[in-house]
Amino acid sequence: MREITKLIHKYLRHDKKFPHVWCPGCGNGIILGALIRAIDRLGFTKDEIVLVSGIGCSGRLPVYVDFNTLHTTHGRALAFATGIKLAKPELTVIVIMGDGDAMAIGGNHFIHAARRNVDLTAIIFNNSIYGMTGGQYSPTTPYGMRASTAPYMNIEHDFKISELAVTAGAVFVGRGTVYHARLLDSLIEKALLKKGFGIVEVITHCHVQYGRQNKLGSAVDMMKWQRDNAISVEKAEKLSPEEKRGKIIIGVLVDRELPVYQDEYERIKERAKVSTVRGR
Amino acid sequence: MRKVLTGNQAVAYGVFLSRAEVISAYPITPQTTIMENLAELWADGVLEAKFLRVESEHSAMASIIGASMVGARTFTATSSQGLALMHEMLHWAAGARLPIVMVNVNRALGAPWNIWSDQTDSLSQRDTGWIQLYCENNQEVLDTIIQAYMIAETVSIPVMVVLDAFFLSHTSEVVEIPEGGEVEKFLPPYRPRYRLDVNDPHSFNLMVSPDYYQEFRYKIQMAMEEAKVVAEEVDGRFAKVFSRGYGLVEDYLCDEAELILVTTGTVTSTSRQVISQLRQKGQRVGLLKIKMFRPFPVQEVRAHLKGVQKVAVIDRNISFGCGGIFAQEIKAALCDQGERPQVFSFVTGLGGRDITPSVISEVIEYTRRNDRPEKEVIWVGMRG
Repeated sequence: MREITKLIHKYLRHDKKFPHVWCPGCGNGIILGALIRAIDRLGFTKDEIVLVSGIGCSGRLPVYVDFNTLHTTHGRALAFATGIKLAKPELTVIVIMGDGDAMAIGGNHFIHAARRNVDLTAIIFNNSIYGMTGGQYSPTTPYGMRASTAPYMNIEHDFKISELAVTAGAVFVGRGTVYHARLLDSLIEKALLKKGFGIVEVITHCHVQYGRQNKLGSAVDMMKWQRDNAISVEKAEKLSPEEKRGKIIIGVLVDRELPVYQDEYERIKERAKVSTVRGR
Repeated sequence: MRKVLTGNQAVAYGVFLSRAEVISAYPITPQTTIMENLAELWADGVLEAKFLRVESEHSAMASIIGASMVGARTFTATSSQGLALMHEMLHWAAGARLPIVMVNVNRALGAPWNIWSDQTDSLSQRDTGWIQLYCENNQEVLDTIIQAYMIAETVSIPVMVVLDAFFLSHTSEVVEIPEGGEVEKFLPPYRPRYRLDVNDPHSFNLMVSPDYYQEFRYKIQMAMEEAKVVAEEVDGRFAKVFSRGYGLVEDYLCDEAELILVTTGTVTSTSRQVISQLRQKGQRVGLLKIKMFRPFPVQEVRAHLKGVQKVAVIDRNISFGCGGIFAQEIKAALCDQGERPQVFSFVTGLGGRDITPSVISEVIEYTRRNDRPEKEVIWVGMRG
């Protein structure tokens, strides 16, 4: 058996849940592959991992993998995941969301999970559109682009997911693309190792909705665009704001230490115990 | 003008003809194509409305509540989880007495996930103070939206127009589209009695003490009772202009019926066929379609079921720990009547499972065969 097939058979519910719903050429499979490779390399057992997703094409991901999986409501995956992590801190909880999922209906949960610094790893699939429901513009659809609810152009401005995460307090923020699959492997690995709220934003393509409506070509064309427009964090540091305009900056954007919610929680428990003993 | 339209396209035409001024929504299957059709009409400049794609259904309802408060005619559409997320705002819209019209495409609620037809989503919103109208076909969908604005703006109560997922939302039928001018004559522009107006300032929806709150609720109940009369009148006027009427309920082949089947939504169409075949075989069976769920047409239900021996209710919904929701309503309407039929409650078709002619025949056959139901709720069409 080929190595890749062994890996697939080890982690995918290959005899139950296939064929999958993703369109031919979709980038979601590349992200799933990167996630599996990262988990495999770090040596987790399947039972140590919990995958929690919301709604949208990304939401289907946990369905296909043989971990503890939860397919929750639109935008609320982080809230479900917070509950799981607090009740079972020994588990590694990974949250899978799309841009509409994490930035629109679940935007509030996103900033508060980052602010609270709960020990979770969020992987956000950013394809700039609501793919599953038919290509409506999302909070990450850039200004001027088209969508089925913006047949002439989108007049709203987009959220920058990673930058929002940095501002909101995430301790690890990485951005990659599905073209740069090896980088993606390592970003997910680093995020999983990091204690606290870490996110990996993955720029992926929806050639079927976003690509078609904006005449961006095939899946391959859109991946070439990722290749040609991505620059590393290191390179970006040497460029002026004008030179960076329109580029995707990929790599580790933030890796910092901030108090983790669970640690603070344990500390306050100890303090409360001492107070009780003293009779206060 | 006759056109082949899906249920969701019929909705968009209804909203367009009703000249909605502010439209706000969030995508959810199977509602999404309603908004896409409206977005297209808006982008083409045909529909002169403000169109918003907000960040959640909760915000969709909140934003049109705002628009309605300043006196705009408003519209939104949703389904299932989206409607559930709106719940808080539904109470608010009704409490603020805003004549909002919303479409809900009936879809099952999770968990587990399911995107197919099931009425539990809208029926769960029973006590929010919204009028609820259920549709059988795409023509009725279009016509009901126009009527809904008329009813809502007369009694100052929001209206939810409900259609089955996929069986209507994504199925094409021939639909007669009324002329814009005719609709404009039928449904004049919205002129609210009270609105947020800088030239005539008022405060709205402030805290009221226990000394006043109850009267606010009483007025909603009075408006709901008035809504039955108004809906009848609006339907009658609509029928005069457009030659199509629906009633709050509709009886089909009920003359001298001993057994009446009660249905809502698309199950009604399939049932018409079954009932007419059984009639041809000499069975004294009839059909009662319920269009209005809130306010519940108690008098009409009593009048149509008077003198009937047995009533079989098909519910594509479930109130756990109780049973089929329409069956409960019908039992409640009949309970204090002297001579009343035996009501049989059937639950089937949940999560989009087909309610075929053979399922309907099974329901009728069971009701014929038994004097009383063996259980409070009879589940039909279960897997082996």
